[in-house]
Amino acid sequence: MTTAAAIQAHHGLPRVLAGLTAGAEAMSLAEHHETHGPLPAMASSELIEAVQASGLRGRGGADFPTARKLLAVAARKRVSAVVVNGSETEPASRKDELLLSRLPHLVLDGATLAAGAVGAPEVVVRVREDAPRAIESLERAIAQRGKSGPPISLHSSPGGYVSGEETAIIHHLNGGRPLPVFVPPRPFERGYRNRPTLIQNPETLAQIALVARFGPHWYRELGTDPDPGTSLVTISGAVVAPGVYEMAFGTPMRDLIGAAGGPTEPLRALLIGGYFGTWVTAGEAMHLRLAREDLRSVGCALGSGVIVALGERACGLHESARVIGYLADQSAGQCGPCVYGLRAVADTVAALAGGAAHRGDLDRVLRWCNEIKGRGACHHPDGAVRFVQSALSVFGGDIERHRRQRCTSRPAGLPLGVAPADQTTTRRIS
Amino acid sequence: MSTRLRLRVNPIACEAHGLCAELLPELIRLDDWGYPIIDAPDVPDELEDLARRAVDACPTLALILERVDDPAGSR
Repeated sequence: MTTAAAIQAHHGLPRVLAGLTAGAEAMSLAEHHETHGPLPAMASSELIEAVQASGLRGRGGADFPTARKLLAVAARKRVSAVVVNGSETEPASRKDELLLSRLPHLVLDGATLAAGAVGAPEVVVRVREDAPRAIESLERAIAQRGKSGPPISLHSSPGGYVSGEETAIIHHLNGGRPLPVFVPPRPFERGYRNRPTLIQNPETLAQIALVARFGPHWYRELGTDPDPGTSLVTISGAVVAPGVYEMAFGTPMRDLIGAAGGPTEPLRALLIGGYFGTWVTAGEAMHLRLAREDLRSVGCALGSGVIVALGERACGLHESARVIGYLADQSAGQCGPCVYGLRAVADTVAALAGGAAHRGDLDRVLRWCNEIKGRGACHHPDGAVRFVQSALSVFGGDIERHRRQRCTSRPAGLPLGVAPADQTTTRRIS
Repeated sequence: MSTRLRLRVNPIACEAHGLCAELLPELIRLDDWGYPIIDAPDVPDELEDLARRAVDACPTLALILERVDDPAGSR
C-alpha cells in the first residue's frame, strides 16, 4: 500500500494538475493515489490550522481567506453541510469543468476534509446540467470511493450567470428557484437544509487536499508571501493555445500569455477576472504579476482566474457591448436597478459602439454605473457595471471615431454562455 | 458601545412606488426608473421619526430600518 511518506511532494509545477495526461479520461482513484498519495486523516483543528498557515484564499472569485470560512462554519455548534459549487457560471472560465471532469478525486478529497473540519455529515456537489463529462466523471469517482468518507450526492444546476451565486445555490438546493435571495442570513449561518453551510469552489477544495497532504510550508514554496501557492487560470482570446493553466502567484502576465503559446496578433488589452472583471491595456497589463497587490494597483482582481486577450484587430467597444448585453440578459430579474439599469446601460453602450449615441450618453452611462452599484440583492449588477466602467475607460477613446466612421474590426468571438470548441482545450504546463 | 439606525432597501421586494422618497427626501432619492437610492444610510437623530414614517408607508415593506452596533460610539 502506498503511504503518504512514500509519495514525493510535487516540487515546482504542476501541483493541482499533476498527473493530468493529454487524453480526456478522468483520473481513477488508483491513479490519483499514485500521484498524490492517500488522503490523510486529520482532526478538525489540525486541518484548519494547516489551511490558515498556508494562506489559501477562495478561488471562486471572492478571494476570501479559506481558513476563516472553515472556522465560521465550524464554530456554529450545529450539524453543518458542505456544498461544492461547480456551477462555473463565468462564461470564460473552464477550470472547474477541468477539475470535475478530469481530477474529481482531488476535489472530493478536499470536500471530505472540509466536511470533517466543519462537522458536516454529507457533501453536496453542484455540477452544471450541461456538463455531461463532469457529471459522468463525478458519478464514477463517487462509486470508486465507496463508503470511505461522508456520503456525496450530485445536484445539477441550470446555467445562467446568477444561478452560481451562493444564496441562489442554497435557495435551489432547498427547493426554491435558482435565484439570489436577500441576506442575511448568509449560507454559513443558515444554508442547505437550514444548516450552517460551507460553499467552496472546486479549485479551493483541490488546494485544501494538497495542503492537507504536503503541509503549509510546501504550499508556500511557490507564489509570493502575500499570495502563496498556485492558481488555475483560464486563458482565452487572441492566444495560440487557449486553455487552463496552473501558474504560481507572482508570475508576470507576459509569462501567462507565453504559457498559452503567446499572442496570435499584437494585443490591445487584457480582460482580467472575467466578465465581472476589468479591462487593462496590454501595455500596462504585461508588467503586472499574478498577485493581488499588482492587480489592485490597476483596480482589478483575479476573480475566478480568467484572462481574455483582445487582439488589436478586434474592437474593444463592440466586444464590451456584447458582454454587457449578455450580462443584462443574465439578470435574475428580481431587482429594479439591475433589471432596468443594466438594460439601459447595455443599450447605451451598444449605441456608443455602433456610432449611434446621442450627446450626453457617455455621461449618462457613467452616472448609471455609479448609481446601480450596491443596489441589487446579489453582486451581479456591481460586477457588470465595473466591467462597463473599465471598458469605457480603456476603449472610450474609440467612441468619437465610431461616431464618424464605420468600425471595420473583426469579431473577437469572446465566449458568451457556451464557449467555442477551441476554447475548451485544457493543457498544463510542466 | 452605542447603536445607530441605518436605512436599507430590500431590492427584491421594492416595486418602485416611490413613497419613501416623497416622505424622506433628505435621505432618499429616486433613480431614472423610480427605484430608491440611499446615498448615506445612517439616519441622524432628527430624522428618525420621518424615517420610521417612510418605513411604515412602504407598500411592499421593502424599506428597512436596522439598528447596528456602532463600536466607535460616535452618537
